[in-house]
Amino acid sequence: MGGVASETQFHVLAVDDSLIDRKLIERLLKTSSYQVTVVDSGAKALEFLGLIEDDSIDSNSNSTRRNRHEVEVNLIITDYCMPGITGYDLLIKIKESTSLKDVPVVIMSSENDPSRINNCLERGAEDFFLKPVQQSDVNKLRPHLLRGKP
Amino acid sequence: MEVVGQLQKQYVDFITSLFREAYLDDQYVQLQKLQDDSNPEFVVEVVSIFFEDSEKLLNDLASSLLVSISLFWVFILCLRPSLLLMVVLFFLLFLFQLYSQQQVVDFKKVDGYVHQFKGSSSSVGAQRVKNACVTLRNFCEEKNLDGCSRYLNLVKQEFYLVKNKLETLLRMEQQILQAGGTVPLLEQVPLLWKQ
Repeated sequence: MGGVASETQFHVLAVDDSLIDRKLIERLLKTSSYQVTVVDSGAKALEFLGLIEDDSIDSNSNSTRRNRHEVEVNLIITDYCMPGITGYDLLIKIKESTSLKDVPVVIMSSENDPSRINNCLERGAEDFFLKPVQQSDVNKLRPHLLRGKP
Repeated sequence: MEVVGQLQKQYVDFITSLFREAYLDDQYVQLQKLQDDSNPEFVVEVVSIFFEDSEKLLNDLASSLLVSISLFWVFILCLRPSLLLMVVLFFLLFLFQLYSQQQVVDFKKVDGYVHQFKGSSSSVGAQRVKNACVTLRNFCEEKNLDGCSRYLNLVKQEFYLVKNKLETLLRMEQQILQAGGTVPLLEQVPLLWKQ
């Protein structure tokens, strides 16, 4: 967790309920010199992104309200199968959010299920990685990230 | 140094045999590649997590496949029936237990654990464990209790085998480092053994 703010350094949020996979993805992302935040659930990811649902806010203003710190995230990479809020749920919520819908989302899964893959891509995921994720997969993230930066 | 050379050769021979016998696959090499001077303990850390996680999963799996309706037995004993009645009741209860085990086992829960185990073994490169998990999952889908029990034993067996091999492997790496050498990296798992 580097404290030095660098304009050229991309910030990636990784979400996975498996400790081993979190360690792996974190290491893979760090070798590519990305700033990494890792969380272990979809709920924590939503919290980090400031997308917690607040009952007091009506549905119209929900998307423009983001809580506390507005941390800039350049890419979100998430596991598909997670208890509670799945990676798919997370993808939907991000794409529904006015402030975050343009942030690229990549899904990871151990299941090579064509319908699952298509479903995610149709819902706006940039890419779908089969686990275990390799360095070559992580190298594919750069174009998605560069597109986002002005 | 001759000692280092010998240790390195023993190491290469050993890890090669592990790949050949499918204990480990290319993913283990990927883990080694992620280790460097800034993260010199990466492989040990990941493998340690794998060991801990797996022990817990194996326990969870064992208990979720076990259906305890022993309270029924206690109840029967408390009724103090005649010997004949007790024999009949025990027999009926035994049959009932056989039947109900099929219904009472939460195969979805078992499948969840196996899915996790399959994932972690795959992430570490423990190929035989992963393959055993795949078969175990099939039995779960079929709600085949007998198959599940048998394959759980196999999964357990494979895990302890690979644990043993990995511990040996990591020990050999330590020996090489302590002798002042570097751990030879298999750039690629020979195609012959790639599944």
